[in-house]
Amino acid sequence: MIELSVHKKLRAPSGEMQLSVDINFPKRSFVCIYGKSGSGKTTLFKIISGIMQPDRGQIVVNGKTWLKTDDKFHLKPQKRKVGFVFQDYALFPNMTVLENLEYGLEKGQSKSIIDELIGLMELGVLADRKPDTISGGQKQRVALARALVQKPEILLLDEPLSALDHEMRIKLQEYILKVHQQYELTTLLISHDVSEILKMADTLYHLDDGKIIRQGKPVEVFTRKEISGKLQLTGEVVAVEPQDFMCLITVLIGNELAKVVVVRNEKELLKPGDKVLIASKAFNPVVKKIG
Amino acid sequence: MDWSPLILTFELAVIVTALLLIISVPLAYWLNESKSRTKPIIETLVSMPLVLPPTVLGFYLLVVFSPSNFLGHWLQEWFNIKLVFSFGGLVLASVIYSLPFMVHPIQSGFAKLPDSLKDASYVLGKSKAQTLFRVLLPNIRPSLLTGIVLAFAHTIGEFGVVLMIGGNIPDKTRVASIAIFDEVESLHYSVANAYSMVLFAITFVILLTVYLINGGYLQKFRT
Repeated sequence: MIELSVHKKLRAPSGEMQLSVDINFPKRSFVCIYGKSGSGKTTLFKIISGIMQPDRGQIVVNGKTWLKTDDKFHLKPQKRKVGFVFQDYALFPNMTVLENLEYGLEKGQSKSIIDELIGLMELGVLADRKPDTISGGQKQRVALARALVQKPEILLLDEPLSALDHEMRIKLQEYILKVHQQYELTTLLISHDVSEILKMADTLYHLDDGKIIRQGKPVEVFTRKEISGKLQLTGEVVAVEPQDFMCLITVLIGNELAKVVVVRNEKELLKPGDKVLIASKAFNPVVKKIG
Repeated sequence: MDWSPLILTFELAVIVTALLLIISVPLAYWLNESKSRTKPIIETLVSMPLVLPPTVLGFYLLVVFSPSNFLGHWLQEWFNIKLVFSFGGLVLASVIYSLPFMVHPIQSGFAKLPDSLKDASYVLGKSKAQTLFRVLLPNIRPSLLTGIVLAFAHTIGEFGVVLMIGGNIPDKTRVASIAIFDEVESLHYSVANAYSMVLFAITFVILLTVYLINGGYLQKFRT
């Protein structure tokens, strides 16, 4: 069980903001934190990893206390079993890929984990390259591997996929799910991407202005539990073509384009770029704006 | 031509640069990290030699370390250290005088590194010292080089401070810049010219090397 209770006053560009998060989730969950930028997501990760201190709070991970401000107890980031993949990857430019991974080893830890991770993340050919000379997706894999060297109890992923193209994203999602399973991790992911969240996470927390405003299973949170469709797909509207009394919309679902007919008045609500959920309810598909 | 002023100058510059490096790395690190209220005062003190006439600094050092004053007397009584008109005094004065030239490049080097590098190292279980030596310093190599070279070159070039606290004692405090002044006063222009040419050439080569390396013209030295 992971228990987080974190309270901190933040100075955001829009003024002061109170970050107040009280959440619990079981070990081995895949948790997604969703929310606008500036809602306190990265700060929450920094507090969990110990880089930043909250004004008040308590963090207990699998029975071990990491933080308890009431007792003035604060475990240093060095002592917390946490892996952190930073938004900018934070690979050390002076070291090769292999050296970056080896830097993560604890004193006396066997190097076999490095070989294992290099195999798992397919980094063999990159081992002697410097971070400046590899692509974004490759850096992301190195950062993920480095975060796993010490076999953390919690893996924090701060929007690691946001800078990558679609194809690379899909591939890296697979890697993340693979290591999440293999190392029995409790993973926290910050993401803006609805389809990504639906694919990866089992629990979703929607953070807005420092507070959790919605939580639950991702699909339930995003559909607000109003639809009981048998089939649900999410996608992005690419084009809206008004016909006589109907409207034809083209939706990108994953990598595929689908054309869906909606009634004319719904077209007013939809424009290219909108995220939509398409649910098949008996015969007529229901198209509803989400996110 | 007597080579001893030039040799003395380079001895002084090497010792001062080494001491400055030892002092400046922690100082610059602290200045970059700290949110302390004393920070602006320390920053001001570090930068003072940039704007203060060297003679002012030299004058006060002379006064403070004069054996007729408390501190100078105490140092001489207890440790047998005489800082006025001695090589030790030159070293101390030069360290203070060249401090901003070493601290500023290193501090801006630290400031340019993303915080995530340091954070990542801490999360990977590494101490502050390990992070400093294995991650931060290796990634600000160009700044370190700039600091070392500027401090070295600046120490070679100083005059006012050295003259005030060191005087003009051959083989002890008579560095090249003072020797040049001395020779000119004695109307030995050709000797003054020889010293000047050597200093001119050496400082040109040193600075050129920095620009070549930091500009990436000599890639292999950088990585």
